[in-house]
Amino acid sequence: MTSTVAAPDVAESPPTMRPWVENLVLTALSMVLALAVGAVLIAVSDPDVTSAMQYFFADPLNTFEAMWTSVSEAYAALFQGAIFNFGADSFSQGIRPMTETLTVAAPLIAAGLSVALAFKAGLFNIGAEGQMLIGATCAGYVAFTWHLPGPLHLTLAVVAGIAGGALWAGIAGLLKATTGAHEVITTIMLNYVARYLVAFLLTTAAFQRPGRNDPISPIVDATAQLPRLLGDQFRLHGGILLSLGAAVFVWWLLNRSTLGFRFRAVGANAAAARSAGINVGRSIFQVMVIAGGLAGLAAVSQVLGTEKALTGGISAGVGFDAITVALLGRGSPLGVVLAGLLFGGLKAGGVTMQAQTGTPIDIVLVVQSLIVLFIAAPPLIRSIFRIRSGGIGSMQMSKGWGE
Amino acid sequence: MRLELRGITKRFGSVVANDHIDLVIESGRIHCLLGENGAGKSTLMNVLYGLLSPDHGEILIDGDPITISGPGDAVAAGIGMVHQHFMLVPVFSVADNVMLGYEFTNTVGLLDEEKAAKQVTDLSARFGFDVDPTAIVEDIPVGSQQRVEIIKALARNARVLILDEPTAVLTPQETDELMQIMRELRDAGTAIVFITHKLREVRAVADTITVIRNGAVVGEATPDASEADLASMMVGRTVQLTVDKADYQPGEVALRVRDLTVRDDMGREHVKGVSFDVHRGEIFAVAGVQGNGQTELVKALLGLEHEVSGAIVLDGQELLGKSTKEILDSGVGYVPEDRSRDGLIAAFALAENLVLDTFDRDPYAHFGVLKPRVISDKAVSLIDEFDVRAQGVGSPASSLSGGNQQKLVLARELARPLKLFVAAQPTRGVDVGSIEFLHERIVGQRDAGVPVLIVSTELDEVLALADRIAVMYRGSVVGVVGAETSRDALGLMMAGVPVDEALQAAPSARTPGATA
Repeated sequence: MTSTVAAPDVAESPPTMRPWVENLVLTALSMVLALAVGAVLIAVSDPDVTSAMQYFFADPLNTFEAMWTSVSEAYAALFQGAIFNFGADSFSQGIRPMTETLTVAAPLIAAGLSVALAFKAGLFNIGAEGQMLIGATCAGYVAFTWHLPGPLHLTLAVVAGIAGGALWAGIAGLLKATTGAHEVITTIMLNYVARYLVAFLLTTAAFQRPGRNDPISPIVDATAQLPRLLGDQFRLHGGILLSLGAAVFVWWLLNRSTLGFRFRAVGANAAAARSAGINVGRSIFQVMVIAGGLAGLAAVSQVLGTEKALTGGISAGVGFDAITVALLGRGSPLGVVLAGLLFGGLKAGGVTMQAQTGTPIDIVLVVQSLIVLFIAAPPLIRSIFRIRSGGIGSMQMSKGWGE
Repeated sequence: MRLELRGITKRFGSVVANDHIDLVIESGRIHCLLGENGAGKSTLMNVLYGLLSPDHGEILIDGDPITISGPGDAVAAGIGMVHQHFMLVPVFSVADNVMLGYEFTNTVGLLDEEKAAKQVTDLSARFGFDVDPTAIVEDIPVGSQQRVEIIKALARNARVLILDEPTAVLTPQETDELMQIMRELRDAGTAIVFITHKLREVRAVADTITVIRNGAVVGEATPDASEADLASMMVGRTVQLTVDKADYQPGEVALRVRDLTVRDDMGREHVKGVSFDVHRGEIFAVAGVQGNGQTELVKALLGLEHEVSGAIVLDGQELLGKSTKEILDSGVGYVPEDRSRDGLIAAFALAENLVLDTFDRDPYAHFGVLKPRVISDKAVSLIDEFDVRAQGVGSPASSLSGGNQQKLVLARELARPLKLFVAAQPTRGVDVGSIEFLHERIVGQRDAGVPVLIVSTELDEVLALADRIAVMYRGSVVGVVGAETSRDALGLMMAGVPVDEALQAAPSARTPGATA
C-alpha cells in the first residue's frame, strides 16, 4: 500500500490479461492501426481518388469507390508480394513471394537478435549496421580471396563474419566497460568508421573486383556461398536457417546459461548485480561481443547468400531496421523472429505493391514506422481501443544516459 | 469539526485493502493509525484524500456526507496530507512550493512573491517552524522539507492533517521536533491523523489509537497501553519485542580492520583510519546517524569501493584488493543497506534472486548451464524456511512487501555457510512481525559462532542486538563501548562527543523523545 496513485479505477474491472497475451494484443492492434493510417495515405496519394474528389459533391460514392479500390488493390498486392501469389501459373511460382520474404527476413532476424540481446543487458546497440559492414568485409574477404574446399571454406567465411561483427561491437563494449563511454555514442560513431573504412577498402587492390572502377568486390567463391534451399530458381538460401538457429541460441543463452543470467542481472539492476559479486564491466564487454557476432551473422546472410559480393551498401540499412525489429519483438527471441518475418514480408510485398498498383513503396516504410511508433506508446493504443492496463508500462529496454 | 469514515471498503482485484473501516477524526486530537506495512493504512488515507475512490462506504463532515473525487475536493473540505515521499519541487523556494497550485497574483497577474513569503513567515512564527521562505527546498534538511509540506497544508486551511509515516525519514532529534509541532497544531484545534508502525512514537504523542490489521480495524487503544500489547494487536499474535540471546561468549578475533580509509572519486575521505575487531560469536554493531561513513565502511569490506587503504583481515586472509565475488565466495554474507537498489533485482523472480550470488556454481549450474529445477526447488525450501509470504517462487521480487523482500535477501545470504555476516540496516522499512523474525535469524548466526557486523541508525535495534557497539561520527569511530551503555551516552557519541565525556555526562542528559 505504499503507492499513492495505484490505478484508481481497478475496482470492478474484469480480470486483467496475462502479460504476454496483452503484449500480443497490443502488438496486433498497433499493426491494425498502422495499416489503417497507411490506407488513408494510399487513398489520398492515388490519382484516381484525387480526380474523383473533384466532383465529390456531385457523386460522393464514386470517391469512396475509388478509395476502396486503391486501398484494397494496394494491400492485396502487398499480401501477394509477401506471402502467396494467387495469380501465378504454378504452385512453385505462387510461393515465390514467401521465399523472398524469408530471404529478406534472414538478416533482419539475426541483426534484430543482436539489438535485443544488448537490450537485455541494458545496452542500446545502435551499431548493428557498422558491425554488419565489418562482418561482411571479413566474411567476404575469406570467401573471395581464399580458395578452399566446400564446407571448410563456407565455415571459415561464416566464422570470419561473426568474428568481424564481434570485434567491432567489442570495441564499444570495451570502451563502456573500462571508461564508461556511452555505447549509444560509440556504436553510432563506429558505424561511420565502418562505412568509410569499407568504402576505402573497396578501392584497394585486395578488395576491388579486377576490371571494375566502382567499389565492388569479386564474387565470392561458390564453395563459400550459402547453399540455396529450394534450388536455383529461388533466391532463398541457408541464411534463414542460421538466423533461426541464432534465435534458439539467444533464447538458450538468456534463459538457461549462467552467462545470460549475468547479462539479465546487469540489465535489470546493475547495482544489485555488482553487490552480488557480478563483474558488470566484463558482462557488458561479453554481451557486446556476442551481440556483434549476431550482427556479423546477419552480414554473412547478405554477403554469402543474397548479394554474393561485398559492396559499400551490403548492410542495406538492415542494422538500423534491426532496432525496430528488436523493439517490435519486445526483446524476446521469438518476438524478434516474428517481427523479422513481418518486416521481411513488408519489404518483399512493398516492391510488388509498387510494381502492380503504383503505390509508392514509401507507404510501406510509413506503415512500418507507425507500427513501431504505436508499439512504443502502449497507453495510446490502450486509450484508442479502451483496454485496461494489466501493469505493463512502456517497456524499459535500456538504461538512460545517466548510468 | 468531526470527520467520519463509515464502512469504507476498497478492493484491488481480489485483495481487500480496506474492509468496512469506520473511523472518527475530531479536532484537537492526535489520532494514530497503527498497523504494519501493507495493513491498509495508506489506502484508507488515499481514499480520504481523494486519490482512490472507495468501492463502498461514505465520508461525512459534521454529519453531512461529502464526495471527494480528487485531492482538490479534499483540500476544499479542509483535509491536508503530508506524503511519505514529499511532493515538493526541489529547485523552487519554500514560498514558491507553498503557493504552487494556489498562486497569489497581483493586479497585473504576476506572482506576488512577497505575499507568499509573508504567509510562510506567519505560519512559521505561529507554530515555531523556523523555516526561511526564500530557501531553496533541495538545500534544506529533510526535517525542514517536511515542515514545508505541513505549512503547505496549513496554508490551504487544513483542519485535518494527515501525516503518512512522517518519521521514517527523520533523525531522532527531528522526530522529537515533529512531535512537538504535532502537539502545538493539536492545541490550535487541528485534527491530526498520524500514520505509523513505530510503537514508541505512538505512545509518546497519540490521544487515540486505532489499530488496523489486514485491512480491517481490529481495535482501539489508549496511549498508556504497553508496547507489547500494541504490537500484539498490530501483528495479531504475541510479539517478542526483546531479542532472546545466549550469553555473550566471544571467541577469538575473526575480522580485524586496521586503519581503514575510504575515499570517493573526488578524493574526499568518508572513512578515516577506522580500526576494530569482530570476534566469533559476537554481534558488533556500528551505530551513528545516517551519512557518517557507515555506508562506505560496509562497501569497503565487500570490495565495492575503489579508493581504500588499510587492512581488512578475515581469518588471517587479507580481503582488501579482492573482488566482491572473491569476498562473497570466501564466506562473507552481505545484506546491503538499500535492498531495492543493491539487495535484489525487482524484475527477477524470487528463485532467481535467491541465487544472485551463487547462480554460477554447483549445484545451481554446471559448465555454465543453469539448472532451473534445482534453483526452483531450493527457492521453495528457502521461502518456506524464512517465511517469505509470496505467491510463488516464479513471481517477481517487486511483488513482495518490504519485510518479505528483506527476508528474501536474508534467506539468500544465510543459505550458505558463513565466516562473517555483514548486515546494513537489516530492518529498515520492515514491519514489526518481520523485525522479530529477522532479529532472531541474526542472533542465530551469532549463537552459531559466526562473527556478525551490524550497521544500524536505529538505536533501539543496536541496543537490542549488539554485544559491542562502535559509534561512528564523520568517518571516524568515536569509541567502542559495551552493550550496557545507556541510550543517552550513545546519543552523545553519535553527536561526536568523545567517549569519556559522553559516559560521564550521560546520567544527567535529558532522555530524548520520551517526555511530552
